[in-house]
This record gives sequence, C-alpha cells and structure tokens, in this order.
Amino acid sequence: MAEVLVFVDHVDGAVRKPTLELLTLARRIGEPVAVALGAGAENTAAALAEHGAVKVLTHDASEYADYLVVPKVDALQAAVESVSPAAVLVPSSAEGKEIAARLALRIGSGIITDATDLEAGDEGPVATQSVFAASFTTKSRVSKGTPVITVKPNSAAVEAAPAAGAVESLAVTFSAQATGTKVTGRTPRESTGRPELTEAAIVVSGGRGVNGAENFALIESLADSLGAAVGASRAAVDAGWYPHTNQVGQTGKSVSPQLYIANGISGAIQHRAGMQTSKTIVAVNKDAEAPIFDLVDYGVVGDLFDVVPQLTEEINTRKG
Amino acid sequence: MSLRIVVTVKYVPDATGDRHFADDLTVDRDDVDGLLSELDEYAVEQALQISEGSDDDVEITVLTVGPEDAKDALRKALSMGADKAIHVEDDDLHGTDAIGTSLVLAKAIEKAGYDLVISGLASTDGTMGVVPALLAERLGVPQVTLLSEVSVEDGTVKGRRDGDAASEQLEASLPAVVSVTDQSGEARYPSFKGIMAAKKKPVESWDLSDLDLEAEEVGLEGAWTAVDSATERPARTAGTIVKDEGEGGKQLAEFLAGQKFI
Ligand SMILES: Cc1cc2nc3c(=O)[nH]c(=O)nc-3n(C[C@H](O)[C@H](O)[C@H](O)COP(=O)(O)OP(=O)(O)OC[C@H]3O[C@@H](n4cnc5c(N)ncnc54)[C@H](O)[C@@H]3O)c2cc1C
Ligand SMILES: Cc1cc2nc3c(=O)[nH]c(=O)nc-3n(C[C@H](O)[C@H](O)[C@H](O)COP(=O)(O)OP(=O)(O)OC[C@H]3O[C@@H](n4cnc5c(N)ncnc54)[C@H](O)[C@@H]3O)c2cc1C
Repeated sequence: MAEVLVFVDHVDGAVRKPTLELLTLARRIGEPVAVALGAGAENTAAALAEHGAVKVLTHDASEYADYLVVPKVDALQAAVESVSPAAVLVPSSAEGKEIAARLALRIGSGIITDATDLEAGDEGPVATQSVFAASFTTKSRVSKGTPVITVKPNSAAVEAAPAAGAVESLAVTFSAQATGTKVTGRTPRESTGRPELTEAAIVVSGGRGVNGAENFALIESLADSLGAAVGASRAAVDAGWYPHTNQVGQTGKSVSPQLYIANGISGAIQHRAGMQTSKTIVAVNKDAEAPIFDLVDYGVVGDLFDVVPQLTEEINTRKG
Repeated sequence: MSLRIVVTVKYVPDATGDRHFADDLTVDRDDVDGLLSELDEYAVEQALQISEGSDDDVEITVLTVGPEDAKDALRKALSMGADKAIHVEDDDLHGTDAIGTSLVLAKAIEKAGYDLVISGLASTDGTMGVVPALLAERLGVPQVTLLSEVSVEDGTVKGRRDGDAASEQLEASLPAVVSVTDQSGEARYPSFKGIMAAKKKPVESWDLSDLDLEAEEVGLEGAWTAVDSATERPARTAGTIVKDEGEGGKQLAEFLAGQKFI
C-alpha cells in the first residue's frame, strides 16, 4: 500500500490532537508515515504508533527553533524524497500552511488548504473544503504532482489503530534559505488550563455585548462549567477585553466544535466564517433580530448578564 | 539610499454579498461587487508607515493579478498613498490557483524590482494564507510573515509574530517578503486629496508575454489543483428561540441536557 506522509505537530514530544486526526484520515488513502521534528521528536513515537503510524521519521537540530519555517520545509522535502509518498498531510495551522505551500512548490505539486474531510478517489485523494464563510462545500483534488493537503482540526474522529511505529532518523541537509529568518526572541503563551480553542468539543464565546474585560469572567465561568474553550469576537478583541489568540472568525481561529455558544455576538459574516460549521449552535443575545439567530439550534433572546449566570449555575447544579 | 516596496493586493468579491461559483467552478465575479481585500489594506498601511518613518527614499508600488475591474483595488491603494501600480491582466489567467498566482506575482515583482514585498495575511476569498510563503520560496529571500508589528532599519526587517504557542521576534536581511495581520494597525481612509491624486498616478498593465510566461503555465488549464464540485450548504433548519422571562438560563440548560452536553 502507498505511504502517506503526515507532518507531526507536537510540543516537546506531546502530539497535538489534529495530528492524530491526520493519521486517521491518512489510513483512508494509504499507510501513514509520520515526520516529527525538533526537541522531543522521538518521544512522539508511542502516540503515533498507537494511531497507525507504520514508521516515524525523526530529526532534531537547533535550526527548527532558531529559524522560521524553512528548516522544517527542508526536512519534509527530505522525507518526501526518501519515501515517495502518495500524499503529504499537514495540520492547517498558520505555520503548517506555510510549510505545506513551500514544500508543494519545491516538489512541483499543487496544494489544497483547510480540508475538512478526505477520501480516496480514482485520481488521488479528494479533499472537502468549506468556503465562502462556510456557505459552500467544495470537493477538490491536486491534479499535478504529489498531493499536499492541509487539514483543519476536528475534521475526523481520532481512532486508535496500533501499528509498528518504527523510529528511523531522517537525514536532513539544510538549504541556504534555512537560516534566512532568525527567531531572536520567544515568549511562550501562558496556559489557561482550558482546552485548545481549535480542538475543543465545546466553545463558549463572548462579543461586544459582554461589555468589558472584567465581564469576561462570566463567559469563563460558563466555559469552565462545561469544560469548554473560550472564544471572542473581533469587536471584543479589538476593545482589548480578550487576547487575539482567542478570536473566532475569518481573521481569527476557525472552530468546528460539537457545541458553540455565542453570547452578545451579532453574527457578522466574518464571525460566521469561523464557527458556522459547529454541530450545534446556541446564542444568547438581547436583540431578537440579530443575524446569529438565523444559525442557531437554540437561541435565548435576553440579557446575557441574566441568562449566562443562571445557565452556569444550573449546569453546576445538574452536574452536582 | 532607496527602498523599493512592492505591496501585493488582491481584488475579491465582497464578503457581505451573495458569493457563489460560476459554471466552471471559479468564483462568479459578475453578480457580486468586488473590492480591495480588506486584509491587504493593512499591508498598504504598513508600507506607508515604513515610508513615513524612513529617511530613505521610499517608493511604494502596488501590484495585483486580476481581471479588468481589479483596477479598482489598485486605485484604492493609490488613494491611500501608494506611488504607482502594476496590473497583471490576461484572459489566460482566469482560474489560476495559488501555485500559479505566486508564479505570476514573483515574475512581476522581479520585473518591477524590489527590496521588500508586503502582503496581507490572507485574501478574504481564497483565505489560504500561503501566497507570501510561496513568494519567498520563489524569490529565494527570507519570509517574515504574519507580523502584528513590523519595522525596517538599515537593511533589516524586524517583526513580531503571534503564534498559538508563543509570540516570536523575527529578523531578516532585505530583500525579504513580509505579511502583516489585521493586528498591525488600522488602515487609514483615503483622503479627498488622496483620491484626487490617485487619478494621476501611473498604472502599468502587463500581460503574460511581458512576464515571459506561457498560457499553459497558468489559468484553469495550467492549474495544479482541480475543483470537482461546489454545493451550497443547506440552510440550517430553524431552531428554537425563546424569550427570556426569568427562566432563559434554565431553559437553555434543559436544551443542553437534552442534547447530552451536560
Ligand atoms: C476583513 C475583516 C475581518 C474580520 N474578521 C473577524 C473575525 O475574525 N472575527 C469576528 O468576530 N469579527 C471579524 N470581523 C468583524 C465583524 O465584521 C464584526 O464587526 C464583529 O464580528 C462584531 O462583533 P460582535 O458581534 O461582538 O459585535 P456587534 O456586532 O456590536 O454585536 C454585539 C451584539 O451583542 C448584543 N448585546 C449587547 N448587549 C447585550 C447584552 N447585555 N446581552 C445580550 N446581548 C447583548 C447586541 O444585540 C449585538 O447583537 C472582521 C471584519 C473585517 C472587515
Ligand atoms: C474559495 C476558494 C478556495 C480556493 N482553494 C484553493 C486551493 O485549495 N488551492 C489552490 O491552489 N488555490 C485555491 N484557490 C485559488 C486561490 O485562492 C487563488 O489562486 C489566489 O489568488 C491565491 O490564493 P489566496 O487568494 O487564497 O491567497 P492568500 O495566500 O490567502 O493571500 C495572501 C496574500 O497574497 C496576496 N495575493 C493573493 N492573490 C493575489 C493576487 N491575485 N494578486 C495580488 N496579490 C495576491 C495578497 O496580498 C493576499 O493578502 C481557491 C480560491 C477560492 C475562491
């Protein structure tokens, strides 16, 4: 069976969930071979093997942390040359898309970004994309070269499928471009202890209606009662009430959780672009005419300062 | 010293309009108004700020690859303050994908001459966010992308890239390709004076032969990707909407419990 390269997103050896989803999708089109780079790369092997990786190609060098993007492209290209895969799958993070694009160009292939599903087809893998603020669904293929496809988080349910996961070290020669962009400083983001926004099963968001940074505590309490991630509209982010990393929408994150709860958010097209594919959508808004109500499975027309605390309390009571 | 900045700008269908596909599964541009992708306004803004803060002689060229109407996007950028514009226009470009677009843009950037390329973080239609990285790869220069803060001094570009795991400080020597996010600073509105001045600024038109490109290398025929189908997402079925009369939170909890979320 043809091999399919999967680029591993990990933090010091801890594999992030979108990579496990990629392994699940990769098995539909071939045998997954994982590529893990940087500090802790070898520690990824057990998790990758458990989810179907027949082989794990690893390489560590200081270049991966000290320079932007290109060292990882060099390594992935080396992996493509050693494996001759049927396709290359990369998680659709901002960096993942840049790596995938440069790789595609180098190996003379096309690229599809932000796939939400993947299946085998007669002419190679067929990718589903959700476009124009999720108002259309397209099916596309890479028609030249080895398909390079980036896949959004939450595109598949992770399935365990134990495989050999034999670790092999990858030989990488860095290109002249590898050291072009220096990373001169790095401030790690502090963990909130809440789930990652793009990976969470439930997202609770606040918008301009939350009316102040201090009031976001209400949104956080509701999120914590459900074990959810916290999102925000651009209006709330621009007002400085919540960090930009939590913005949901076209220029923020796109999320596709089982449940999305929008509080004090009108539902502008650019916000919808980032949450419209959520399975169940709930909104609390005091304006019955707010466009967000066109999307909801359940909506409460009311003041969020009344509804949200009551909801949180009720959830906490029911959970006992 | 002089600094030549090329800003890539894309002409896109208005996101608030009724966007859909034409029969050949490319974007239907006839039924929806087009405009300068809002995210490229941030790129123009940063170019203007670099120019205003520099002792060098800075020239800002805005560049687009697009149909005839894409001139509107160039005019908008010129009225914000860019110095001149290049429009790459050719019937054979219809349906060009990301790899092809980056080929045409890279050829045009090389022909125009540049020290710095500035792009937006993503277009508001394709929203791939890959063209700046592709340009860096093609031009063989550093990519300093997704910056929320950017500065240029003594032949070096510096910036801040806010990622999921960390916020990074980046640095590279010119020439380089930069992309800026919508966190980099509000874009200015064109002034009346700017709009009047833009009418007199030069707009060059180049076609594929000006860039030594063949029709087969671009367009739908030359594309590296193929769209097989596009279907409109079914409208969501109307949900339950209740008015809060004191029990709204409890009613919502009941719904969530019914759906097994609690
Ligand atoms: C290029 C571009 C990209 C963009 N990208 C994004 C993006 O990524 N994400 C994003 O979100 N936006 C984005 N926007 C902005 C978007 O167009 C909207 O301006 C934004 O989403 C509005 O945020 P909001 O819904 O919080 O605010 P508003 O539209 O002001 O809505 C606030 C809502 O809160 C309700 N409300 C007020 N008080 C209460 C209360 N006490 N209780 C209950 N409800 C209350 C109001 O009825 C109203 O519906 C983008 C815009 C552009 C041009
Ligand atoms: C809904 C949709 C989905 C698509 N999916 C794919 C796909 O999966 N694979 C694929 O290869 N193509 C795809 N395309 C085509 C692709 O969007 C165009 O080829 C496009 O010009 C390049 O990608 P982008 O607009 O997404 O650019 P992005 O990478 O999102 O744009 C980043 C920046 O590049 C610059 N830029 C991009 N295009 C131009 C231009 N024409 N002129 C000047 N500057 C420009 C702008 O500064 C922009 O801000 C898709 C198009 C649409 C409408």
